[in-house]
Amino acid sequence: MINLTDLEKKINSELTTKIKKSEIKHNQLYLYIDNDDLIDVCLFIKSNKNTKFRQLIDITVVDYPENNQRFKIVYLFLSHEFNQRIILSYYINEKELIPSLTSIYPSANWMEREIFDMYGVKFKDHPDLRRILTDYGFEGYPLRKDFPLTGHTEVRYSEDQKKVINEPVKLEQNYRNFDYESPWEGTKYIKEQSAKDNDQKN
Amino acid sequence: MTKKTKTLNLNFGPQHPAAHGVLRLILELDGEVIEKADPHIGLLHRGTEKLIENKTYMQAVPYFDRLDYVAPMNQEHAFALAIEKILKIDVPIRAQFIRVMFCEIGRILSHILNVTTQALDVGALTPSLWGFEERETLMTFYERASGSRLHANYFRAGGVHQDLPRGLEEDIEKFCNNFPKIIDDLETLLTDNRIFKQRNVDIGIVTKEDALDYSFSGVMIRGSGVAWDLRKSQPYDCYEQLEFKIPIGKNGDCYDRYLCRIEEMRESVSIIKQCLSKMTKGPIKSHDGKISPPQKKDIKQSMEALIHHFKLFTEGYRVPEDEIYTSVEAPKGEFGVYLISDGSSKPYKCKIRAPGFSHLQAMDYLIKGHMLADVPAVLGSLDIVFGEVDR
Repeated sequence: MINLTDLEKKINSELTTKIKKSEIKHNQLYLYIDNDDLIDVCLFIKSNKNTKFRQLIDITVVDYPENNQRFKIVYLFLSHEFNQRIILSYYINEKELIPSLTSIYPSANWMEREIFDMYGVKFKDHPDLRRILTDYGFEGYPLRKDFPLTGHTEVRYSEDQKKVINEPVKLEQNYRNFDYESPWEGTKYIKEQSAKDNDQKN
Repeated sequence: MTKKTKTLNLNFGPQHPAAHGVLRLILELDGEVIEKADPHIGLLHRGTEKLIENKTYMQAVPYFDRLDYVAPMNQEHAFALAIEKILKIDVPIRAQFIRVMFCEIGRILSHILNVTTQALDVGALTPSLWGFEERETLMTFYERASGSRLHANYFRAGGVHQDLPRGLEEDIEKFCNNFPKIIDDLETLLTDNRIFKQRNVDIGIVTKEDALDYSFSGVMIRGSGVAWDLRKSQPYDCYEQLEFKIPIGKNGDCYDRYLCRIEEMRESVSIIKQCLSKMTKGPIKSHDGKISPPQKKDIKQSMEALIHHFKLFTEGYRVPEDEIYTSVEAPKGEFGVYLISDGSSKPYKCKIRAPGFSHLQAMDYLIKGHMLADVPAVLGSLDIVFGEVDR
């Protein structure tokens, strides 16, 4: 058994230049790296005898459309031997290619396909980068923040053409997103005032 | 002279009774031997993650019922735990026992379905008839607690929606006393059954190494002899206070996974019994009025309760900025929620890690070199439910 602080120190000392930042939160280790170092870091944490993060639990992306580096790529690892979890992340631009992990973790295959499908992030050296969850012939990347919740097209069976067809979405009523934020808390001068109060307290 | 061979492409599904839902499997066959399997998934994709981003935390709970719809409450549990950890709220002990009890009921629900339908896939009809009667009883427990047989929407951050109705605890106790007999009956039909063994023993073998490489979890990894269960290794809620064993397999074939599931059902019964005996009267949700809705009778009396009620059901509660991954041992394996909150009342990002997704991914590796007739057996033992694979 190795505790989380030791693990953090160990990884930081072995991969000094590659780890940009590390922190311990919620009993998990969060690592921040550069995208060029991904393969090296993964090889290290998978094979080193003191880490042994043998399982890639999931890969996911978080979209921040207002940022210059739009996508945050997140990898979740699990070590059975030491019963620890690592959350590894880095930021990329919209058009950037990222290395595929399929050669190190075979299970990355579908996870990367899902990311490609949902966010349009492309992977270098992926054996089979096809869409996975969306329909055949689907266009757009549904989990991006600028993709509307209702989608662009809807599917129905056309009696005239005797087949299933795609049409632009027609809604009886626009999708309504109510803003329930309290007008008292939301007003600017109250926020400034409470921020000031907090400063004085501290 | 060499004989030219040609492979045959076979389309299995998406509407096939042994596909356990809407799986389209493109098989490349050489005679009856499978050379390649390419699963096409997503026919049940509903965009759960996108929808959750547009709902408040409380409104997002029912979407979790619709993932693995044979064990709904186990999914809700992961989401509730994620929010609780960010908000740093404690769950009353009674609520913890109620949640664990219903998670174990969910485990039995899922395992009955899997074991009996796997038997159905390889030709045995009776187990499913016997098993489904018990599932119906269990689902009435769900209904009495939450009002709904399947889509419970029962767990909340900070506890559960409401207390158990009168008499439910006694009835669950009664069920626990009768159910081991039913498991024995199921076992007499299957465990030593020659046909069942011929179809399952040494089929779909997973080695320890491959189970790790393909991100297997739950019964899929335990069947291959890796002693790993999140209820033991990373206990959540009150699992630390309960005693139970983790059955593990030896050969990693379909038959071992079947045996693991049968044993897990027995352990679940014992966990439910322990929960019932340890459960004391008390609150069932957090007292924080900013998170748990007030009682109906308080709304009539107290102005503050009325305001809380109004705010909770319009704006919802806010969750401070954070990033967290929590996982639970769902019946099918590690079910996880990766949640990013941004301080508003809606999740900024909620990634759902479904165990079935990684299991199905390994289909090609599992089935290569097997006969066509083994496809339903292997698929059955993977325990696939499309609600969670496709999300």
